[in-house]
Amino acid sequence: MDFVAVTAERKLDARKLRADFPIFEQEVRGKPLAYLDSAVSAHKPRQVLDKLRNFYETSYANVHRGVYTLSEVATAEYEGARDKIARFINAPASRELIFTHGATESINLVAYAWGLDNLGPGDVVVVTELEHHSNFVPWQYIAKRTGATFTAIPLDEHGELRLDALGEIEQAGNVKVVANNLVSNALGTINPVEKLSAWAHERGAIMVVDAAQAAPHHAIDVQELGCDFLAFSSHKMCGPTSVGALWGRAELLEAMSPFNLGGHMIRSVKLEETTWGQIPFKFEAGTQPIAEAVGFGAAVDYLTDIGIGAIEDHERELLVYALEKLAEVPGLTAYGPAPERRAGIVSFNLEGVHPHDVAQILDMEGVAIRAGHHCCQPLMAKLGVAATNRASFYLYTIPEEIDRLADGLHKAHKLLA
Amino acid sequence: MSEFDQLYREVILDHYKNPRGHGLIEDADAEAEGQNPLCGDEVSIYVAFGEDGDTIDEVKFSGRGCAISQAATSMLTELVQGRTAQEVATLPRDDLLDEIGIPLTPVRLKCALLGLSTLKLALHKAKGTPLPEEWAGASSDLDLK
Repeated sequence: MDFVAVTAERKLDARKLRADFPIFEQEVRGKPLAYLDSAVSAHKPRQVLDKLRNFYETSYANVHRGVYTLSEVATAEYEGARDKIARFINAPASRELIFTHGATESINLVAYAWGLDNLGPGDVVVVTELEHHSNFVPWQYIAKRTGATFTAIPLDEHGELRLDALGEIEQAGNVKVVANNLVSNALGTINPVEKLSAWAHERGAIMVVDAAQAAPHHAIDVQELGCDFLAFSSHKMCGPTSVGALWGRAELLEAMSPFNLGGHMIRSVKLEETTWGQIPFKFEAGTQPIAEAVGFGAAVDYLTDIGIGAIEDHERELLVYALEKLAEVPGLTAYGPAPERRAGIVSFNLEGVHPHDVAQILDMEGVAIRAGHHCCQPLMAKLGVAATNRASFYLYTIPEEIDRLADGLHKAHKLLA
Repeated sequence: MSEFDQLYREVILDHYKNPRGHGLIEDADAEAEGQNPLCGDEVSIYVAFGEDGDTIDEVKFSGRGCAISQAATSMLTELVQGRTAQEVATLPRDDLLDEIGIPLTPVRLKCALLGLSTLKLALHKAKGTPLPEEWAGASSDLDLK
């Protein structure tokens, strides 16, 4: 317990950490880069880049295939990364951690491999109005293919899930899947996944958690969340692109049909019949993103060294500061819940100025933010807007960048509103 | 001793060239087939119990494999003779690895343990003894009749 207390008290030094990120050595339009779009993808520290280079230069070979030494070394690195990432989310066993190409593929894996065999007419698939398309569209599609009913938990005006609507949802039939993001990428809302897991399990349903936006900023314990599957991506957490993970309960993964089929996922192949290998390999057909997985492991080391709690605290401080600064901008509407129920994301609109114009004007100041629907069109419809501006923070974000954001917004208001 | 001699030590070569317990048992009391998906090696294990229906009287194996897997399975047939199904089901893999007595990398470990895990599978099918960990991942795909 002492260790936990020490970790929680540790504060990160964003200015010092910025030196780990070569991207900040450049200027954009003659100004230092203020990167306020980490929710879409985070930058990469030298520790991860060096690991990738070093792995390719000294340890690279295909994994789980060769008898030769180099292949053993590469396999040990790849499996070592799996162990680290499994520990990062407190998975009971490393074999429950499947490497995928990202959270999107992880969710598709569950939707196809579990959904096609377990859903049918009379069953209900429940998502939320807050989902990223990656945890919405696959379920909508598989529900349609299997004849199941597809429905979404609505939001209240603060962007929080209306759990009081669950009673009505339940009337639609046999609830088989509940899918929710732990942190909303559009509003930053931290969702009550534990409650939804319990509700799902009381009805014999599985709980699928999209943790793509949570994993970089928020400590994850799959056993505490009580979920059955959890998906996340490396690139949002300082790791390489094209690799991610799916954690699933062993008994569910073992009972599931495979998703991608091909080499390495088999036990034995005959003309008449093929049998599947053990988990996790049953779900890792073909050559995997090997170096990327190793880099993902290095990213997890990097975040763990800093401390996820320290990262979350830092972002919350920035969030509170940003909400104050943005409240001074005339005509600005901010969306999302109170800071204590929210990750470092600010979604907002400037009255009379289209988000694309806002983002354009900010870019001229070297400030990078996102403008658009954030792959959350059902949420945008609920908010009654086509798009929002979104600024998001990470471990390397400093308050000056938020000042520059606010200055840019004042300018945008003056110019166009 | 050279690395080669360490790995392919005399006793390994002897078991490889003159495998004990090689062959079939007609009407075996327990049997199973195992594969090493990494190299495609296959082994079938046959068990005959003694009069008490529980003590292993005879173990035989057939199939193809590398020197390590064939020698290890050959040694296994000697190691488990006279033990009960339950004893073998819970036999630590290190007992067999000590017997083999050579340094094994993770990939070669799978070769060395193919026979043992297949024998445990055979006992599971016949006696309901615990399924070995290395089979757990594929249990739903196995024909456990």
